[in-house]
Amino acid sequence: MNRFAELLDRLAYEPGRNNKLRLITAYFRETPDPDRGYALAALTGALSFKHAKAGLIRDLIAARTDPTLFALSYDYVGDLSETVALMWPSAPMRERHNNPPPPTLTDVVTTLRMLGKTELPAQLARWLDQLDETGRWALLKLVTGAMRIGVSARLAKTAAAALGDKDAHDVELIWPGLAPPYLDLFAWLEGRAEKPVNRDPAPFRPVMLAHAIEDADFATLNATDFAAEWKWDGIRVQAVSGRGEHDSVVTRLYSRTGEDVTKSFPDLMPSLRFPGAIDGELLVVRDGRVQSFNVLQQRLNRKAVTPKLMKEFPIHLRAYDLLSDGDNDLRELPFKERRERLKAFIAALDDPRIDLSPEVPFASWGELKAARADPASAGAGADAEAVEGVMLKRRDSPYLPGRPQGPWWKWKRDPHIIDAVLMYAQRGHGKRSSYYSDYTFGVWTAINGEEQLVPVGKAYFGFTDEELLQIDRFVRRNTTETFGPVRHVVHEPDQGLVLEIAFEGLQRSARHKSGVAMRFPRISRLRWDKPPREADRLETLERMLKSETASIADS
Amino acid sequence: MRPHDILMPVAAGLCCKPGGFYIDPVRAVDRAIITHGHSDHARPGHGAVLATQETLDLMRLRYGDNFAGTTQAVAYGETVRLGDVAVTFHPAGHVLGSAQIAVTHGSTRIVASGDYKDVRDPTCAPFEVVPCDVFITEATFGLPVFRHGDAAAEVKKLLASVALFPERAHLVGAYSLGKAQRVIALIREAGYDAPIYLHGAMDKITSYYQSRGIALGELRPVKGMKKADLAGTVTLAPPSATSDLWTRRFPDPVTAFASGWMRVRARARQRGVELPLVISDHADWDGLTRTIATTGAGEIWVTHGQEDALVHWCGTQGLTARPLALVGYGDEDGEEDAPAPSGEEAGA
Repeated sequence: MNRFAELLDRLAYEPGRNNKLRLITAYFRETPDPDRGYALAALTGALSFKHAKAGLIRDLIAARTDPTLFALSYDYVGDLSETVALMWPSAPMRERHNNPPPPTLTDVVTTLRMLGKTELPAQLARWLDQLDETGRWALLKLVTGAMRIGVSARLAKTAAAALGDKDAHDVELIWPGLAPPYLDLFAWLEGRAEKPVNRDPAPFRPVMLAHAIEDADFATLNATDFAAEWKWDGIRVQAVSGRGEHDSVVTRLYSRTGEDVTKSFPDLMPSLRFPGAIDGELLVVRDGRVQSFNVLQQRLNRKAVTPKLMKEFPIHLRAYDLLSDGDNDLRELPFKERRERLKAFIAALDDPRIDLSPEVPFASWGELKAARADPASAGAGADAEAVEGVMLKRRDSPYLPGRPQGPWWKWKRDPHIIDAVLMYAQRGHGKRSSYYSDYTFGVWTAINGEEQLVPVGKAYFGFTDEELLQIDRFVRRNTTETFGPVRHVVHEPDQGLVLEIAFEGLQRSARHKSGVAMRFPRISRLRWDKPPREADRLETLERMLKSETASIADS
Repeated sequence: MRPHDILMPVAAGLCCKPGGFYIDPVRAVDRAIITHGHSDHARPGHGAVLATQETLDLMRLRYGDNFAGTTQAVAYGETVRLGDVAVTFHPAGHVLGSAQIAVTHGSTRIVASGDYKDVRDPTCAPFEVVPCDVFITEATFGLPVFRHGDAAAEVKKLLASVALFPERAHLVGAYSLGKAQRVIALIREAGYDAPIYLHGAMDKITSYYQSRGIALGELRPVKGMKKADLAGTVTLAPPSATSDLWTRRFPDPVTAFASGWMRVRARARQRGVELPLVISDHADWDGLTRTIATTGAGEIWVTHGQEDALVHWCGTQGLTARPLALVGYGDEDGEEDAPAPSGEEAGA
């Protein structure tokens, strides 16, 4: 457990993806089975036991420490698990000699699975006695289910794959058939055994992704080679149905990285009646109209999927592609043929929750450009709000995993643009730790009759390395105050830096002082030429917001 | 005479009227006793200064030859009579030359500990418990969440990272006086014998430690090194330098910070530290409470730091305790007095 705790501890501070991978792979290399397998399960969210409540942890510490000292400590540290981990009284030295060694991760996980609710407090206390500060912290994070260390399931699988110089896709393919502690997976990765066979009747297939198209690309491409569809602004998923043991139907929904998200969308699953694998977009459709991403978002990341939630946000699958039909793998077929199979498959399903992503007809790039500029008049009609561009697919392209260059392109709608003023800057992490690379920007509004800047968002990418150097220099030379790691940068009507901000959409937000939050904001240009007084106003954003929410409300 | 007639806090610091001196005064006074060389305790400009030879040398290094009117070196265990009181110096285990000051008047003895730690440090004399009636303790880490653990294990963590990321430079923030030298000594004890690189602000003090017979292995100035050649190396720098422009001379640096504050995640994160190392030159909570108990003192005065919790704890142990309202002493952060690195080493 202590070695796993060290890994979590280090990961919690490490900002770089590649460095995280190195740390996790090194852990897998050094740690024997079955501990590393349970670690992989913990990192991928594949462990299942009843989580301990915060109240239980509070009771444990209250029985062991002075309440005043606990209150002062908790107030200082600010996190319950961490406070308890740090101030848990250590056993006196002489008693420690006869103590059992600290528990392994395997001990913890296997015990937790079997333990009754009443036995949990005493068991937790015993473990806390045996572990060091970091070990206690990791244990408490694990048992309370609050392991936020910035590692996705995908990243953990990639790190495991690296152990055997394999690609994450290879692990993803066999993953649904595996279970903790993954002895067969590690044996294969270390070259000690054959590749585990995925006996899962509804396996995930690596997804095919598109490159963003640039203006210059069109000259090299022939419009007649391509089919076009709307790029729907939902969540890319893979819906798979297969025949399990005794002919039972097994259905699963995967995210585009292969995470199993079935549990979040129980209302969709009964519709997947025929064996096959559909590549599509998850959308919310109300009364026949596709809702914007803002609406879909209200259905995501909910702990409990209640009947009320399912009724208010009816889920829908819009099908792009068919990867298998019954027992037949279609991925080698050209897109044109797969599309015909898909049409027939969807027609046979005849289910209101699943429909076909319509084609956007065009004869030239110019026609497609016009359609992209105005999806409403080009067939998307009232659903145009949920269109974020067009997809181009070569009619002869097989379905290839990853992001191959050439067969598929995405051509997004132009982003929204505003001019905002840089207000605060904060240093970045990792490679950027000596640069001021995180920026808070604001727009003008009248508060009590006085023109003021109000912060509307934060951005930390979009600029080139050279531009980063320029902004960093500007921040250092124009700091008026510092608050801890934050620099207050000059922002007066005639003094300051105007940033052109590109973003994908707007939402109301109670968390932001301005009342609006941007989706995917980034810095698209530095407007050294523009005085701050000419930057945009909050009213502009509010108008944009109104036009978005209006389209949600009148549905 | 009651204890607070012997030593009392005034604006200039802790004043001993019957002895005619101040301990670690924050303003210039006629006669000062200095516990150790950190700049919040050892200030220039006093008339006469009594301190250990090491503390006097360190003050000279920092402030120049004229840092005081006259100086008198006092050895550990030596007794000096000043006015009506007897003063003895005892090792505090904080940094090289650090001393606790025992002030005895009649049958009453008060010990001012300055800053101290009661755990092993290869770069200074070990802390000594001095039985007394009144113990004046620091409280920098006076909360039960501060448990510093084993410093050697923290250094192991650093060296494991150096081995795992041979293409990156490891940059360890450490206070220039005491912490830096202790970290280097611990790195050597862990078996790492490659050259260790130093920020320019650490040169003088580190050379002084070496001149006092403390083995630190091969040390090199980082100034003038090529970026690529710093891959896989360890460099020590004042904490303020590790988050500044200065770091751009290092290849993809891993930023570490050796400090007791690193025990608390929010503190480490706030500083943008990627590799927090819990290594402190102050006693942790267990050290503070253990020391208070073993001095046998019935009355505890608590100064600079988290006084509340420690005063409360003393109450639960049946000890009379009060916070001593002394101002002008920082925690370790106050030690960030290194000159701006960009100016000092421009163009290197």
